[in-house]
Amino acid sequence: MRLIARRLALYIVTAIVAITVNFFIPRLMPGNPAEVAIGHMQSTVTPQTIAALDLQYGVNTHTSLWGQYVHYWDQLLHGNLGISFSAYPATVASVIRAALPWTIGLVGMATVISFVLGTLLGIAAAWRRGSWLDNLLPAMTFFQAAPYFFVAILAVALFATKLGWFPQNSGYDTIALNPGLSWGYISSVLDHAVLPALTIVAGSIAGWIIGMRNMMLTTMDEDYVLIAQAKGLPKRRVISYAARNAILPSVSGFSLAIGFVVSGALLTEIVFSYPGIGYILLQAIGSEDYPLLQGIFLIITFAVLAANLIADFVYAFLDPRTRQEA
Amino acid sequence: MALVIGTDPAATGDGQPPPLPTVRLRRGARVLQLPKSLKVRIGLGFGLGFIILAVIGPWIAPDNPNTSLSTTSGVPQAPSAAHLLGTTQVQQDVLSQLLAGGRSTILVAIVAGLIATTLAVLFGVTAGYYGGVLDDLLSMLANIFLVMPALPLLIVIFGFLSKSTSPSDVLIGLVISITGWAYGARVMRAQTLSMRQRDYVVSARAIGEHGWRIMMFEILPNLLPIVATSFLFTVIYGVGTYTALSFLGVISPVHWSWGTMLYWAQSAQAAQQVRIEWWWFVPPGLAVGLFGTSLALLNFGIDEFINPRLRAAGLSRRTAKRAGLPRRSQLGLTPVVRNSGPVSIAAAVPGQLPDEIGHGPLAGTDRRT
Repeated sequence: MRLIARRLALYIVTAIVAITVNFFIPRLMPGNPAEVAIGHMQSTVTPQTIAALDLQYGVNTHTSLWGQYVHYWDQLLHGNLGISFSAYPATVASVIRAALPWTIGLVGMATVISFVLGTLLGIAAAWRRGSWLDNLLPAMTFFQAAPYFFVAILAVALFATKLGWFPQNSGYDTIALNPGLSWGYISSVLDHAVLPALTIVAGSIAGWIIGMRNMMLTTMDEDYVLIAQAKGLPKRRVISYAARNAILPSVSGFSLAIGFVVSGALLTEIVFSYPGIGYILLQAIGSEDYPLLQGIFLIITFAVLAANLIADFVYAFLDPRTRQEA
Repeated sequence: MALVIGTDPAATGDGQPPPLPTVRLRRGARVLQLPKSLKVRIGLGFGLGFIILAVIGPWIAPDNPNTSLSTTSGVPQAPSAAHLLGTTQVQQDVLSQLLAGGRSTILVAIVAGLIATTLAVLFGVTAGYYGGVLDDLLSMLANIFLVMPALPLLIVIFGFLSKSTSPSDVLIGLVISITGWAYGARVMRAQTLSMRQRDYVVSARAIGEHGWRIMMFEILPNLLPIVATSFLFTVIYGVGTYTALSFLGVISPVHWSWGTMLYWAQSAQAAQQVRIEWWWFVPPGLAVGLFGTSLALLNFGIDEFINPRLRAAGLSRRTAKRAGLPRRSQLGLTPVVRNSGPVSIAAAVPGQLPDEIGHGPLAGTDRRT
């Protein structure tokens, strides 16, 4: 378990670095964020708020840099990410908490589907190398190289606007329905999730197919696979021997990809006006809501770190060599 | 010339080597040659085309991308002879925006790719060659940048940066490269580790060469395929990231790039209109996708150049049949050329590569450090 301990140490250091970077960015950049913030708050601003903002961004304050840093950590450890300018007086934490389930539901499902389907197709492509699947690879590369959100825009134009098969935007029918545990609401949520999920799958599946195919080509040349076939084992067993040993990099890639998929899907959410993290991110940018922007950055970072840690456990469980190495 | 497919003399049992199946390679197999590979040729053609357009684009653009050509209409116009790619809502010429935006997008991506690859070589090779505490520190740094989500970090940076100033293309590329070097550095560190104890490196050290000289002239040349792959990947990453940042609006929307075109199209809900304004959002998105694809195709070529297994796997069944190769089980028998002739596969590979590279540097990743 020394490996896990080492990885854990890395994630803790990364979290500290991310938090520190987050603290310093507003101080290193030109301009006065506190002034911008006050300009954006419509309602009356109390002197206390101004003082808090000055402390938060390190302007017009007599507190030393170290003192500001300690204050920042203190706030953070109490779960206080600040007040959202755009949703004033709501806190950043509450704004994020409302959006998070939407993103996790949509992106989580789409990522799992993409991984499972892509890996299976990759196995098939390797087993029948030189088949039509191989010729499809360059075309799939385009889907991977084109920005996720462009695929999403095309999907909206074609399947929602032109053909009318799916709703154009938002997470559920906001006009006719109220959120609740009714069948109408749940089916509306699912209905609105299909097209965004499909575009995320279309944008990410090629990576899984190519990765699995290339790794399979290597394991298929191993002696044990040849022997399995020579023994006359059924084809499914032979394929499973090769696939089982080829899947490890895909599993590790799965963990790394979670970070990339979350950040890629931010934009897909924006195209669909899906009420997840991506959508509040767009609002935060549009209204120069710095605390919300920084809060989103921290939340995503923590999510990625947690995903990585879980993946490390899974990897150590799947591959005995990792356990012995350290 | 003869092409031998994994024929194992021991398998026949009588000790006599069986007659080798002699095959004359015809046109089908020539596709395998690196510079003639269709994938690489397409990739090279498109890539060069894009770069040329990036250079001359703004000069051959029919209009100023910012100019509203008519103030009477608020509806985007479909492509016509006057405007080959139509107009936007405020009657700007889409083709001119595409050409102006291409220069910025490609410049940012190439700057990001160059700086990130330089950093990756610098950090990766140094860490791998010297090892010890330096390696631990640099690997830690690379790992931190690998797990930290890049796009949100860049959004925060540009969110603060571009409010007061309008950053130039070079500065944007520089900032993007900060988040793009870590993966390449890790791959190069691993390769350098495997080379550190090779005879030629050890002997260079024995005759008292400086560390930097060994790294530059003994190790780096053997890393070139990986450096090229790394560069291509970071350029693709740069295009995607820059487009995403502009699409979000964190980079000033009046700074023309393919991403800002998509930003304006999305703001005007071009895909949601009853009459879909496809000419507005399809060209920039397609351009990003095609540019990325062309680089990825080039990279396929490098991958196949490094890993002969992938190259042999690229032979379609029909091609194999036409070349007269016997149908074989898929397993255990990678087609290998034993006798090289003028048009053989082996002849297409100038110089032998170190065998450790042969596993597609960016295809299979090894998380253990």
